[in-house]
Amino acid sequence: MIATARLYLRKPFAGTLASPMLLFGVAVILFWIVVTLFADHIAPYEPFEMVARRLQPPSWQHWFGTDALGRDVLSRTLHGARHSLPIALVVVIFSVVLGSAAGAIAGYRDGLVGSAIMRLVDVTLSFPPMLLAMAVAASLGPGLGNAALAMIAVWWPVYARLMRAQVLEVREREHVEAAIAGGAGNARILLKHILPLCWTPILISATMDLGQVILLAASLSFIGLGATPPTPEWGSMISDGAAFFYNWWIAFGPGLAIVSVVLGFNFIGDGVRDYFDPRSR
Amino acid sequence: MMQFSSPASHPPLLRVRDLRVGFRKHGQVLEAVRGIDLDIARGEVLGIVGESGSGKSIGMLAALGLAPPNAVVSGSVQYLGEELLTKPRREMRRIRGAKIAMIFQDPLSSLNPTMRVGDQIIEALRLHQPQMNARQATQRALELLELVSIPQPDRRLRQFPHEFSGGMRQRVMIAMAVANGPDLLIADEPTTALDVTVQSQIMRMLRELQAKLGLGLVLITHDLGVLAGHANRVAVVYSGQVVEQADVFDLFQNPRHPYTRGLIASIPKLTESGGRLYSIAGSPPALGRFPPGCAFHPRCERAGDICQQLAPPKTTIGGSGHVSACHFANALPEWDSAEARVKE
Repeated sequence: MIATARLYLRKPFAGTLASPMLLFGVAVILFWIVVTLFADHIAPYEPFEMVARRLQPPSWQHWFGTDALGRDVLSRTLHGARHSLPIALVVVIFSVVLGSAAGAIAGYRDGLVGSAIMRLVDVTLSFPPMLLAMAVAASLGPGLGNAALAMIAVWWPVYARLMRAQVLEVREREHVEAAIAGGAGNARILLKHILPLCWTPILISATMDLGQVILLAASLSFIGLGATPPTPEWGSMISDGAAFFYNWWIAFGPGLAIVSVVLGFNFIGDGVRDYFDPRSR
Repeated sequence: MMQFSSPASHPPLLRVRDLRVGFRKHGQVLEAVRGIDLDIARGEVLGIVGESGSGKSIGMLAALGLAPPNAVVSGSVQYLGEELLTKPRREMRRIRGAKIAMIFQDPLSSLNPTMRVGDQIIEALRLHQPQMNARQATQRALELLELVSIPQPDRRLRQFPHEFSGGMRQRVMIAMAVANGPDLLIADEPTTALDVTVQSQIMRMLRELQAKLGLGLVLITHDLGVLAGHANRVAVVYSGQVVEQADVFDLFQNPRHPYTRGLIASIPKLTESGGRLYSIAGSPPALGRFPPGCAFHPRCERAGDICQQLAPPKTTIGGSGHVSACHFANALPEWDSAEARVKE
């Protein structure tokens, strides 16, 4: 009975739905999306106002305590989602678009253009991402927008390399040859006959990367290259907390937020991968 | 001299002369196709038979400008008198799929898995007939599926390739190939990947369509048995060269090349039970390692000294375009076609 039920369930979503990790990930991310949308209503206090005495430990009035200026850490953490989540989304989407386009061209036209693109990718990837992002962000000046640009500059080569590998493999398939034999031109072959078969690894990687980008954004803010005060960005909040080491709660709220978001995206990424790649089940 | 009004007497659709295809490797060019001459007339079925790696597929691909980028192609391929090998890519694209269509070996992988079957047929149609609107194209796609006897075509149009069986997919490929009313169809092992029962259905359907639409059909295969029932003329390819070419009847009645004889003898016979199947000794030479003289001589029972030194000339046999590239074409022992072996 159980065996048949499993077999039956297995078809479209069973394997993924059954995974508690994916469910947990989705729940966490849904929670943060709701927070992003309704932070004004959910947060108990204004994020910028000094609502209590400074450096209060967690209490019933202030679950995560108050920071060095007497602001409510919980309210600031919840508002912080409004900066961290969109920035991660923007960075990953732009990186995917840019990287996939470059990778697709490099894979399809593996002549001079392709080599040029891939060498640029190699050079970019040979730097530690944090270092390169720091350099770019520093040259652009602080601010979340510039930090996003810096992160896109660091992140697109990942997708370019992935996409190139996919295109190189898919373009050798017989249906592509059949399309060429049918008289289709380059653009049509690439866009309709190759790219639609290339998205799976990109999608998996992008889901996982959302967490990594949030981490990178927080790191940039932590060293002062991302959000500027008084923006309640998680990284800069942790940075604030670092100055008051014994008042651990200042960094704890945003730290917990980062950990949960990164974990959530990673769990979803795992789930997505399991769904698309039956071998990893 | 007068000839029968056989299809071969029409002016050729495709005229291949001294086609050579080589691959650059480590600074030298390894030839896979070494001077092939072929003529295909309208309404004619030409079978090209040869072992894997004999160059039969790559030759036809190269003729359509579909050889891989590292291939070196020379010679002449004329379609209705127009040279194809020197045509710009853009113009070749207009010929491929419209005037000359191709069917590939594996129908399972020849369709785009991410597109509905109907959309793929419609794409093939509108690529070459851009004036067609969406409704006309859909209507035509329906007709095409009916033409290749796919039941419930309106439902099938909306399905994806994975919902089709192998035979059904090959029917779709054939429908797409004839979508734009080509003159010439090149089928590269069209039934090799299919079940035996489905093979004969597909072959029969291909032949019916070919006759109905008056197409020239090039059947590339390694199975001489398939050609016996379906081709008008057969070219036997070995090591990138046509070793014998004849009317299908002549070829089986009176094969004049030891390789052809070996191939015919290797076809399993229903009337014989038990005993070992005949096979030609040795294996075909690797690319770039063709023996001097006649490429077949190391495997040939008949080979003499001359075969090791001199490439055999093309010997004409009889008056119906039967040509054999063997030094002993006329000296070979008589052939017993009923027994598929040399008369004793």
